[in-house]
Amino acid sequence: MSRTVAEARPPDPEPPDPDPGRRRHELRSASRLYTAVARGSFRRYATYRAATWAGTFTNTVFGFFIAYTYRALWEIRPHLGGYDLSAALTYVWLGQALLMPVAAMGGGVQDDLEARIVSGDIAVDLYRPVDQQGWWLASDLGRAAYHLLSRGVLPLLVGGLCFHLRMPSGGLAEEVLTWSCFLLSLLLGITVSFMIRYMTALTGFWLLDPRGMRQVALVLGMFCSGFLLPLTLFPSGLATLFQRLPWAGMVQIPEDVFLQRRTGGSLLSGLALQLAWVLVLVLAGRLVQRAAAAKVVVQGG
Amino acid sequence: MWLRASMAYRTSFWITAVGNAVTSALDFVVIAIMFLHTTALGGWTLPQVAFLYGTSGLTLGLADLLVGSLDQLGQRVRDGSVDVVLVRPAAALAQLGADRFALRRAGRVVQSGLILGWALSRLPIDWTAGRLLVLLVLVVCGTVIFGSVFVAGAAFQFFATDAAEVQNSVTYGGATMLQYPPTIYARDLVRGVVFGVPLAFVNWLPALYVLGLPDTLGLPGWFRFASPLVALAFATAAGLLWRAALRSYRSTGS
Repeated sequence: MSRTVAEARPPDPEPPDPDPGRRRHELRSASRLYTAVARGSFRRYATYRAATWAGTFTNTVFGFFIAYTYRALWEIRPHLGGYDLSAALTYVWLGQALLMPVAAMGGGVQDDLEARIVSGDIAVDLYRPVDQQGWWLASDLGRAAYHLLSRGVLPLLVGGLCFHLRMPSGGLAEEVLTWSCFLLSLLLGITVSFMIRYMTALTGFWLLDPRGMRQVALVLGMFCSGFLLPLTLFPSGLATLFQRLPWAGMVQIPEDVFLQRRTGGSLLSGLALQLAWVLVLVLAGRLVQRAAAAKVVVQGG
Repeated sequence: MWLRASMAYRTSFWITAVGNAVTSALDFVVIAIMFLHTTALGGWTLPQVAFLYGTSGLTLGLADLLVGSLDQLGQRVRDGSVDVVLVRPAAALAQLGADRFALRRAGRVVQSGLILGWALSRLPIDWTAGRLLVLLVLVVCGTVIFGSVFVAGAAFQFFATDAAEVQNSVTYGGATMLQYPPTIYARDLVRGVVFGVPLAFVNWLPALYVLGLPDTLGLPGWFRFASPLVALAFATAAGLLWRAALRSYRSTGS
């Protein structure tokens, strides 16, 4: 006998809770659960030391190649796209540092989720009394935190030793503000990236082979995020368009916050754009997730 | 066998082949956007850089098509499935190269070939028999050199099963470097790819002859024609390394 998993789940809109004490307790235990998931994910990625070193090495090598091409271009056209040479070089090395945390090339929980959809293990996940989106997001944030500390810091250090890079500057208050806004912007960017990868993986419910969609997502992620080139260098129509799409939040906006190109009003509007996309994508993710769950057919045995 | 397997899902095959081509074309889009803002990079024009891009992608793509499956070796050592290969009465290298042979990787070859064709149509090359020969030799020897990097990297993976990504920095990273003129890089880096991992012989040095450009690197003139020698030496070294790695391999027993 087969039946849809959606029938087996509790009805989605929960009735208002008459006891606020119990509600608080539930919230506490939920946040404990998500923290545990994130920490587990952090530790899992931390296990593969050789892979981490190899990946960091590769990021650093690519950083050198791209930095040389940027230098060649910016020596001919100083202040191209509003960046001077050292800002452009910082853009390269920070980009290498952000590549893995924001998973601009895909991967992270996307790999695990795709594998579970293809193998059918996802059915077990859907029975668990936990919100799927929240569970996978927590897991991806744990991964991102590990990648930021391992594969983010070292390329930036090597780049800083070999090239003249620009760190946030100004008074103490300004530096603290820039660093905290950068980290907030990065957190929003990782969440946007997660939502896109999450929905890409969920298309596996319909397409069975998620590789094609994955490739499309990879191309969009590399190109529209500003990872390959700052978006201001694109032909002006495309530049304006790409700067408003969700992918800009993955690399371009955090970079500009770090380089203090976004301050005051434009800093706020950048963060607001990221936040708006997070909300839209979380909502869209919920809809896709519900449709996907309704599609699951469990082979009883 | 793998050819038939991949053709079983025809739509998926074409999507991934086209997807691969588009993904590798992104590098050229970056170059094209850079040339929106300048007429020359490191003293080279867009068609000249496109020549480097096309030859770099074509040779890497061909090598990847032939022996690219080898970069999964670390995975196979970890799960023990490499043992199955070793007990079969056929050369391990040939088996592993043919394993999961993926025609979809031809996407990069086709796309790079198109860019190379465009570059050749735009370049005012005075075609002599010598130039044509050097171009053909470039494609063959470049493929051998990149193929040797794959083999040497796979040999390395017998010892460092987790370190597949280091190999990427030489293969894909090297190909990225060769897409740009040698003049933009620091002298030490150029020396590294001439005398260290000899990637400069894939396309930089032969390109100087084909495009009739002066050598700003200060290398002996005959280096432009030395690609076959280098390819032979590198292939031999990679082969010896592979045999040594195979001989010292101890199964995990799983």
